[in-house]
Amino acid sequence: MMTAEPLLSVRDLIVEFPTRRGTLRALDHVSFDIAKGEVLGMVGESGAGKSLTGAAIIGLLEPPGRIAGGEIRLRGERIDNLAPEKMRRIRGRRIGMVFQDPLTSLNPLYTVAQQLIETIRTHMDVSEKEARARAVALLDRVGIPAAARRIDDYPHHFSGGMRQRVVIALALAAEPELVIADEPTTALDVSVQAQIIDVLKEICAERGASVMLITHDMGVIAETADRVAVLYAGRVAEIGPVRDVIQAAEHPYTAGLMGAIPTLTQTAPRLTQIPGSMPRLNAIPQGCAFNPRCPHVFDRCRTQRPELIDRAGGRQVACWLYDPATQEVRHD
Amino acid sequence: MLAFILRRVLQSVIVMLTVALVAFSLFRFVGDPIVSMLGQEATLAERVELRDALGLNDPFVVQFFTFVSRAMSGDFGISYRLQQPVMELILSRLPATLELALVSGIAAFLFGVGFGVYTALRRGGWLSSSIMTVSLIGVSLPTFLIGVLLIWVFAVELQWLPSFGRGEVVHVGGGWRTGFLTESGRMSLILPAITLGLYQMTLIMRLVRAEMLEVLRADYIKFARARGLSNRAVNFGHALKNTLVPVITITGLQLGSIIAFSIITETVFQWPGVGALFINSVRFVDVPVMAAYLMLIALVFVVINLIVDLLYYLVDPRLRLDRSAAGH
Repeated sequence: MMTAEPLLSVRDLIVEFPTRRGTLRALDHVSFDIAKGEVLGMVGESGAGKSLTGAAIIGLLEPPGRIAGGEIRLRGERIDNLAPEKMRRIRGRRIGMVFQDPLTSLNPLYTVAQQLIETIRTHMDVSEKEARARAVALLDRVGIPAAARRIDDYPHHFSGGMRQRVVIALALAAEPELVIADEPTTALDVSVQAQIIDVLKEICAERGASVMLITHDMGVIAETADRVAVLYAGRVAEIGPVRDVIQAAEHPYTAGLMGAIPTLTQTAPRLTQIPGSMPRLNAIPQGCAFNPRCPHVFDRCRTQRPELIDRAGGRQVACWLYDPATQEVRHD
Repeated sequence: MLAFILRRVLQSVIVMLTVALVAFSLFRFVGDPIVSMLGQEATLAERVELRDALGLNDPFVVQFFTFVSRAMSGDFGISYRLQQPVMELILSRLPATLELALVSGIAAFLFGVGFGVYTALRRGGWLSSSIMTVSLIGVSLPTFLIGVLLIWVFAVELQWLPSFGRGEVVHVGGGWRTGFLTESGRMSLILPAITLGLYQMTLIMRLVRAEMLEVLRADYIKFARARGLSNRAVNFGHALKNTLVPVITITGLQLGSIIAFSIITETVFQWPGVGALFINSVRFVDVPVMAAYLMLIALVFVVINLIVDLLYYLVDPRLRLDRSAAGH
């Protein structure tokens, strides 16, 4: 997206885990932008680095994991090297986060009201009473029936779907500009997944907040996101508008992923699958990380790592197939 | 809630009856009370007469019933050795033991939770590691050895604190003699309290640390941080409260054992409490005192257990099932 200034800009982000047997690089030069009000889907297999990217942005990497390079900017201001206390003030206030499991995200010993009011008053200079009024309004907005009464209930009085609504209310309590939703529906019943995603998307749209939606569910991405970034082995394989990427994937890995999604209209006898599996962090091949599994692999892929190449329509793809030099040689 | 309390009280009554049975059997199996009371010189006629007068020829059930009903009104008979009502003896000694147990119990809880939280939050720091190492000593050294070592260092070598006794005591009505109000009473309390509470403190500390580390990994802690709550609010508001739920049970039970096992500490420090009374009674086969002590300790455990259960109920809202879970 070529709009003025992106809300969030991640450049060449590197996250490393020092271990006894050498340093593992879990994110390797990850770059992407999120525009104001945009929903960016982040997809990839387990271990591709989706959640890690979210944790790095909000400054909650679990030690010994650390940011070893790159920049994260929120409205142009660097936030990856802030002092812990300054970063804490950004968490919740400017960047909110929704976690995967609503059953464990809420403290069982405090009422919903206590947790909401605490969060609101941490970031906003309001009285207990005002905070409570805000909290009730929030709960009402995320679709909790009889919010004024239910607010004094404990988390265990709510069902999974309702708890995830409470979690969304908590994440949005201090009106952040960016919400990182880390697999917000994975732990939920299929029947309520769509409702939760709708609630999240609607409220963020109302407030002009951007969303980084981490998931491995392509269906959710297709319905919700404006753009999608595909992660593979800690690197961005492809970024682009959702429609384009889903309908005409450019990176061979993305194409493989899309081929593996069952559809109602096609009646293929077998779903396509990508041979092999994603490399472990300590055995990422030289050159393109996908090269051992790629159907279009050629020499250059095995030695040189492809950077993101700008393509038409605001797309980017990290694949040598789309390098002008390659295309001249191959004539196809 | 009421049904819960009633059920627990009923269980407690059953436990107490069982203990009473054991205590009562002491009279029958630890020697013949007639011999202890009349001595070697009494004639056979005198013995038969006393046996009848004391109701020792009644059936077992009747005797047990008499024992229980007297015990309920606080009558445990007369001490063979001291020729005083047992209840009077125990009540006169109880303040000493309770004061000692209370001080060491509170100290063990406060320091245990404090050190536990510190070592959990500063995991890997040199001070944390030192505390953990020292705590190993607390767990592994026997109580009497710790007591003797403390006496040697602080009473014999440094001469800062008294090595035995309770110091000066003051009557505060109702026969309660307290050592809290005098300088020497407070000084005398320090060493026995440390000795008695050290093991419990290290136990609580290790438990708090393990629980806290577990809780700090929980999703709701991560979510609390992601909402930008201050470290203080996260560590002490959210993590500590969850940590304390299981700690309460253990601490409660430990308070029971502090009172029960004050025997050793009281012996080492010549502390004039119930424990010392019990040890002396064992030496002289003073069965009424032994039986009463047994019942007293059982009562302490039962009451503490009851309180712990109720506390649990207050701390953890999930146990309050009076409101049915209204999910959707």
